[in-house]
Amino acid sequence: MNQTSIQFRNVSLDFKLANQGSITSFKEWAIRGLTRKLTYRKMRALNDLTFDVPSGATLGIIGHNGAGKSTLLRIAAGILQPSEGVATMRGEIAPIIELGTGFEFELSGRENIFFNGALLGRSWGDMNDRVNEIIDFSELGDFIEQPIRTYSTGMVVRLAFAIATTVDPSILLLDEVLSVGDQRFQAKCNRRMMDFQDRGVTTVLVSHSLSAIKRICNSCLWLDRGKVRAIGPVDEVLAEYSDWVEALNGAPSGGEISARAPA
Amino acid sequence: MIECSATVLVNDADHRVGTLEELRDLARHSHLLASLVRRDLTVRYKRSVIGFFWTMLNPLLLMIILTVVFSALFRFEGVEPYAVYFLSEYLVFGFFTQTTVTSMTSLAWNGGLMKKVRVPKSVFAISTTISGLINLCLAYIPLFAIMLVLDAPIRPAVFFLPVAFLIIGVFTLGVSLLLSALAVYFEDVSHMYQVATIGLMYMTPIIYPISIIPPKYLWVIRANPLTHLFKLARDPIYLGQLPAGHVIQASVISAVVALVVGWLVFHRLARNFYQHL
Repeated sequence: MNQTSIQFRNVSLDFKLANQGSITSFKEWAIRGLTRKLTYRKMRALNDLTFDVPSGATLGIIGHNGAGKSTLLRIAAGILQPSEGVATMRGEIAPIIELGTGFEFELSGRENIFFNGALLGRSWGDMNDRVNEIIDFSELGDFIEQPIRTYSTGMVVRLAFAIATTVDPSILLLDEVLSVGDQRFQAKCNRRMMDFQDRGVTTVLVSHSLSAIKRICNSCLWLDRGKVRAIGPVDEVLAEYSDWVEALNGAPSGGEISARAPA
Repeated sequence: MIECSATVLVNDADHRVGTLEELRDLARHSHLLASLVRRDLTVRYKRSVIGFFWTMLNPLLLMIILTVVFSALFRFEGVEPYAVYFLSEYLVFGFFTQTTVTSMTSLAWNGGLMKKVRVPKSVFAISTTISGLINLCLAYIPLFAIMLVLDAPIRPAVFFLPVAFLIIGVFTLGVSLLLSALAVYFEDVSHMYQVATIGLMYMTPIIYPISIIPPKYLWVIRANPLTHLFKLARDPIYLGQLPAGHVIQASVISAVVALVVGWLVFHRLARNFYQHL
């Protein structure tokens, strides 16, 4: 328990933005390049992040839109490479940046279970062992043999959550995915999250729902414009954040506009 | 970018992925590759009952159209049977264009995916090439049927076809990697390429015999790597003999060059894909 699962050391990430707006045409690029009218500026999405997540902890990440929360999660998942610094993750990672990522709508629910498992790094055999559990949890019943395009949004999300959380990771990265399904299914999701905590799974949860963070997490990181504003026990950080938001809303508008990072 | 042993992931700013490392990463994701191929094939053949037969039917219908056009309207001397001459290369050309175009769209299309899960980015071009090769093999079945109907001899040289497909597949993969990487940066690449494929089709002796080319333009045809590559598939079928040594040599060289260049460009550009997807 005293080991760290996720370790960020001075992690920064820059996005390169063309000053001329985004150039999406080869012809335009060639002309600009030839006439040397191509300049870029850097946009710092994450700025010198240093923190540890101990093994088995559940860390909530809060902050305004564009504060860099999803970007942070992508670095932890190994999807983005930092521009500076090092992030080290110990354990098998299941990133759930968005539910239903990579679903193929022509394929049946069952086929998608295997395909999605492969995306999360699981073999066919691995998924075969879990397929019944996933179908049970998703409560799809006979619909599992139908193409996903016939599903309702709620059904897709249930299946996605079931797959993502059945792959049995030791690090779970969740981006704003807990508010799925109806009340009853949400309760089921919450129970599953508690199970994860009991089993010692390290979880990082990005959410705008402060109540969800309060309920599930034991520590919290407040990200503001790419910087760590506060990190610590969940109650303290949430209290600090709430005070700040209140102060902002009380203050004359204008101070709140933060640099938006590309999501 | 990433060092990933069994369970430790080091995401380090200074780290640059080498080719070997990327290959190891691909090997680790072999079940993803298999899943992508399976997905391509199921989506293609599942939707309709005629999906599978369409692959068969398509060359048959094409053959009827082109045999009528080129046997009755424009005649090429000494090309008999025309359907076998034409189809033995056209099917391969179809594989080449379809695979390269699909790779371009699929990389951009799977861009959302790459922002959400960590997968080796070249896996999409590779899976597209593999499912294309499987489709190509299936498409040769009706060609053999046509040969039987037309009484064209099927010689043992057809056993060279798997080797031919492999060499053509490597070349196609190289081009796919190159074009799909560029297509992420520039959306007009895929439009320009679609026009280019029409040019390529006429720069390669697919519908006409090379003998109709005036000597002063012959070098254009000879310099086109596709001319040699596609001959690999035509000779065993149309001539019933193995391709000449220099054809095999030229093809292997173009395939290796295409793969190396495609890989290097892809690898170089892939680092910044996330800014463009």
